[in-house]
Amino acid sequence: MKKPDIGKLKEQAKQLRRDILTMLSEAGSGHTGSSLSCVELIFSLYSYKLRYNAKDPYWEERDRFILSKGHGCPTLYAVLAHFGFFLKDKLKTLRQIGTLLQGHPQLGLPGIEASTGSLGQGLSVANGMALSARLDKKDTRVYCLLGDGEINEGQVWEAAMTAAHYSLDNLCAIIDYNKLQIDGFLCDVKDMFELTKKWEAFGWNVIEIDGHDFTQIMDSLDRAEKVKDKPTIIIAHTIKGKGVSFIENKAEWHGIAPKPDELKCALRELD
Amino acid sequence: MINEDRSTWKATRDGYGKGLVSLGRENERIVVLSADLTESTRASWFRDEFPERFFSFGVAEQDMMSTAAGFALSGKIPFCCSFGVFASGRAWEQVRISAAYMNININIGGSHGGITVGPDGATHQALEEIALMRLLPHMSVVVPCDLIEAERATIASAGIKGPVYLRLGREKLPLITDGYEGFEIGKAHIIREGNDLTIIACGIMVYHAIKASDSLKAEGIGAGVINLHTVKPIDKAAILKAAIKSGAIVTAEEHLIACGMGSAVSEVLIQEVPVPVEMVGVKDRFGESGSPWDLIEKLNLMPEDIVIAAKRVLKRKRTT
Ligand SMILES: Cc1ncc(C[n+]2csc(CCOP(=O)(O)OP(=O)(O)O)c2C)c(N)n1
Ligand SMILES: [Mg+2]
Repeated sequence: MKKPDIGKLKEQAKQLRRDILTMLSEAGSGHTGSSLSCVELIFSLYSYKLRYNAKDPYWEERDRFILSKGHGCPTLYAVLAHFGFFLKDKLKTLRQIGTLLQGHPQLGLPGIEASTGSLGQGLSVANGMALSARLDKKDTRVYCLLGDGEINEGQVWEAAMTAAHYSLDNLCAIIDYNKLQIDGFLCDVKDMFELTKKWEAFGWNVIEIDGHDFTQIMDSLDRAEKVKDKPTIIIAHTIKGKGVSFIENKAEWHGIAPKPDELKCALRELD
Repeated sequence: MINEDRSTWKATRDGYGKGLVSLGRENERIVVLSADLTESTRASWFRDEFPERFFSFGVAEQDMMSTAAGFALSGKIPFCCSFGVFASGRAWEQVRISAAYMNININIGGSHGGITVGPDGATHQALEEIALMRLLPHMSVVVPCDLIEAERATIASAGIKGPVYLRLGREKLPLITDGYEGFEIGKAHIIREGNDLTIIACGIMVYHAIKASDSLKAEGIGAGVINLHTVKPIDKAAILKAAIKSGAIVTAEEHLIACGMGSAVSEVLIQEVPVPVEMVGVKDRFGESGSPWDLIEKLNLMPEDIVIAAKRVLKRKRTT
């Protein structure tokens, strides 16, 4: 696929951030820092790499994306709406009674491949899809976005072993490495030490990038595709709350929504 | 008639193994996942015939359950194999999200259910799976009473859209459902009707229920027997019919009384036909090492224990 124009992507990312903040503010709750952290990562996947048909979301030949850090779903919802999986108007219903835009992703909303939100499970689900594609001799690729706090979960490492054991080169995991989880910095809550070495020791191909740089993200997705006999993980250095000065790098902005006046300030910064 | 010659007895896990193989022959979409208990769960029978559709996870039940979701979401029909304690307990929250919440075709074969695991002791004796699994929305829970029923249940579970938990055992049991053709998940198997009370049992306790009913008959008491192989979705109609006809119920299960099959039956009765109920099962304790049938005796799961419960329930029936 031809690489989209970076300037345009940046403009669109700004609009996505505005959508995310507005939807969170209207909902009155949700994960602001976590969502802003992964805008470029998710947007790159849908702009450049994933094969899908927004009008036929269950198209057999599609690639799969699993948002294992399900609490970051406002970003996924905004991206899916941007690409026409459902009307952008629906974003207003986030977290409201009767909505398909649940507080954490649920099957049934077009574009959602698995229900997530209980951290630690998504990589295993992605493995199952990658194994299944291989069994069917399909060239489907499976992508899975994990939080860096999420990988405290033992199951992630079980899944890491499974992917390596089965040489799942049709699988690419991405870590939103923002160095923050709910209780604070990873190094204080539970130090994960050297992530690259850990994943390499588990048999993975590791690529480290700046997770807000579209060129680096798209290049790393290309490189991941070329690796044979090994799963790839992209460790994407990010800033939690990226794009809004008073939200950036603040653990306390993990799971709250901007109040109306905060939304106003934030939108002004994203003008 | 029950064949008491133990050389003819077979374990329900063997029925599961047979079921997996026949499913595998018929349906390309069947995949089997195992967490390092491949021989014990009889997943090995499938693996040996269909190695490319068998997936080994090592000792990682949680990973296995969520991976099954990935398979099911890609159109496969996964069967996850482990011991009951680990399949239902260790991976409970994975089952909750991956199987129940997503409401997809994931099947779980939990072998070594109940006290009859024997010498391995409490860590390996699952006495809680019916409770843990029936609690989950969308989940079906089946407790076969013999090899034939286990094979049928395994085959039937592949055809059910949502998740199914199959509680399987290691101990050999008589072939009670030999000649019975009506097996269907969700439809109780009425073994005999009775005017004085009805014993509702599942798994190994169906055998003991029949024996108890025989000895009650010798005393002039008519005790019906229902094989409630499907604890969920529960066959309300069959339970209510028996309650109305016989006016008293005894439940019998190789499981904790708390939240088990008897509780499920009571939930139905108390709301619609509140007849007296007595429950035979394991009373708020863990298992222990011992030979299977010694443990059955020690934990009061014998036919005589059902008879005692029957007499108690009859007394209550007369006074109410
Ligand atoms: C199994 C589980 N435990 C706890 C939580 C509550 N929780 C939600 S987000 C979160 C922290 C996640 O941090 P991280 O993975 O770093 O995500 P990000 O920084 O991108 O928000 C926790 C503990 C959960 N959703 N799932
Ligand atoms: Mg983080």
